[in-house]
Amino acid sequence: MSEKRIRVLVAKPGLDGHDRGAKVIAQALRDAGMEVVYTGLRQTPEQIVSAAVQEDVDVVGMSILSGAHGTLFPEVIRLLREKGAGDILVVGGGIIPEEDIPALKEAGIAEVFGPGTPLEEVVKYIQENVKN
Amino acid sequence: MFKEDQLEKIAAKKENWTAKLEATKKKRPERQAQFATDSGVEINTVYTPLDLKDMDYERDLGLPGEYPFTRGVQPNLYRGRLWTMRQYAGFGSAEETNQRFRYLLEQGQTGLSCAFDLPTQIGYDSDHPLAQGEIGKVGVAIDSLADMETLFDQIPLGKVSTSMTINAPAGVLLAMYIACAEKQGFDKSQINGTIQNDVIKEYICRGTYILPPEPSMRLISNIFEYCSKEIPQWNTISISGYHIREAGATAAQEIAFTLANGIAYVDAAIKAGLDVDTFGPRLSFFFNAHLNFFEEIAKFRAARRIWAKVMKERFGAKNSRSWTLRFHTQTAGVSLTAQQPMVNIIRTAFEALSAVLGGTQSLHTNSYDEALALPCDESVMIALRTQQVIGYEIGVCDLVDPLGGSYYIESLTNALEEKAWDYISKIDALGGADKAIEYMQKEIHNSAYQYQLAIDNKKKTVIGVNSFIIKDEEKPKGLLKVDLSVGERQVAKLAKVKAGRDNAKVESLLKDIREAAQSNANLIPVFIDAVKEYVTLGEICGVLRDVFGEYKQQIVF
Repeated sequence: MSEKRIRVLVAKPGLDGHDRGAKVIAQALRDAGMEVVYTGLRQTPEQIVSAAVQEDVDVVGMSILSGAHGTLFPEVIRLLREKGAGDILVVGGGIIPEEDIPALKEAGIAEVFGPGTPLEEVVKYIQENVKN
Repeated sequence: MFKEDQLEKIAAKKENWTAKLEATKKKRPERQAQFATDSGVEINTVYTPLDLKDMDYERDLGLPGEYPFTRGVQPNLYRGRLWTMRQYAGFGSAEETNQRFRYLLEQGQTGLSCAFDLPTQIGYDSDHPLAQGEIGKVGVAIDSLADMETLFDQIPLGKVSTSMTINAPAGVLLAMYIACAEKQGFDKSQINGTIQNDVIKEYICRGTYILPPEPSMRLISNIFEYCSKEIPQWNTISISGYHIREAGATAAQEIAFTLANGIAYVDAAIKAGLDVDTFGPRLSFFFNAHLNFFEEIAKFRAARRIWAKVMKERFGAKNSRSWTLRFHTQTAGVSLTAQQPMVNIIRTAFEALSAVLGGTQSLHTNSYDEALALPCDESVMIALRTQQVIGYEIGVCDLVDPLGGSYYIESLTNALEEKAWDYISKIDALGGADKAIEYMQKEIHNSAYQYQLAIDNKKKTVIGVNSFIIKDEEKPKGLLKVDLSVGERQVAKLAKVKAGRDNAKVESLLKDIREAAQSNANLIPVFIDAVKEYVTLGEICGVLRDVFGEYKQQIVF
């Protein structure tokens, strides 16, 4: 019997075009056996939430390097809850100042991975925290 | 370069020496099974004339300022004038950025480099829904000429040179810069600077595209044509490998993809009817200076040699200034760590030194806190001081190309050139860079993934991240925060501008832009007429979006 594979949406909210990290994470999660969908650039919170619901994912991972995380991450959480998808595990990464993290966690972002995080740490976190 | 009998003697000696080396290795095993550069060039224990036996000095190196420019684009390079110390800056409102610019000029910086926020780079005004949360974040917000006037307040545009990191809407921002300089009382022929204007790499890896490739290439050719006639000192494009490298490319891929993009721009301009020698001398380049010290130096030298051959042999350029690859360098943002951030000062210093030894024309050194936030005044000053130490204190600028002739550097320059030509041939076979975007993306992504795996499995050492870690490190304080009210203030300022202008005239100017876009006319003169009447960036780009449609990214990973 095979375990159900974890489904992940890797998303780039906002206008920021730095997607090296998002794509590297997407590949690492795929190599770890997860099913990964990558949204591409310039996604609005509405587009991300609609993709998450449509693809029936267990996890949404968002990456922002422009500094717009404070506005866009909580908006994604709000819309997920509105669509009844509040059980999806939502994590974030990018250039996110330490002092912004408590507010993001308060808003419902489960974990924030900063620069220098090993890929394995992200994989392990998702495996251990996903609500399958 | 070397006589046959000399080489034979050296070869015989080296054979004996290699036997000794193998014996030594048994007693002192090497730290790694294999040594290689980031581009995968295998590194030997030592280099000798045997590695350069096919080198022809005149053909491959020449003298500085002479074809093929391997040793530099100027006969006396830094003995004449040091590179332009140009720190990239811009955040928040035009007022705040104006203050940072003036601070940098007071500290001895010699040119300006302007960062724009993402809505500006993508051609949206600050009141557009997609601008939400992004206004003033990664650069300054510019909606209309009113913002440009504030940005350059008390900075004489006829006297400083300004580099603007603007691509898809480059023509509009250039129009605003010209209008602003004229309002200050300068003639447009006096202005000096650079627009990045490199849209192909936006499709590949940087993401601030607007229009599909064909109209984008037309706009770029329009800029080449306009500038060659009206603002001859302006650098019309900065063909950029920087972001390609930041996205994960190796050094060889960086120069190959950048030069392939350069070939596509030259091709497009020639097809648009321009003579290669009218625009060729104003093309400029932008490279990354990464950590692998010698490979980076070799990379800059190889890039110059390849471009000289491309322009002379492939495009038949006759003006020697068309053959020269002049470039700006920025140290590698991706090499900065959030952990033990002060160590970034040292990384940046070595990277900057490689750019200087590689003969850069201008340089931005990153600030130590940039893996955490926008840089603060103190970190920017240390970054600038790093350049000043290299320029004034350590003697590396007293001669041209000090490493030229090093057996290793010359071998590595040859190896990188060869690797780059292989990629360029592949891209040619795909129909040119503007048709090979997904191919380059795939190559870059694969390199990025390998790089991360090498860090994770400790094949590559990153101090503070996978080695020499300090547990419970104290977090840095005093990081710069962008004032959250900047978005609201910017939207209010825009509303005021729109209320205070002649809106009937604005409508008629937007109609002119639409008609020019639908014809074969050069768009730059109509942009200039429009921005002078405070037509906004978003309004102009809105018309272009309407006429040409928008680029849709293919997802490759």
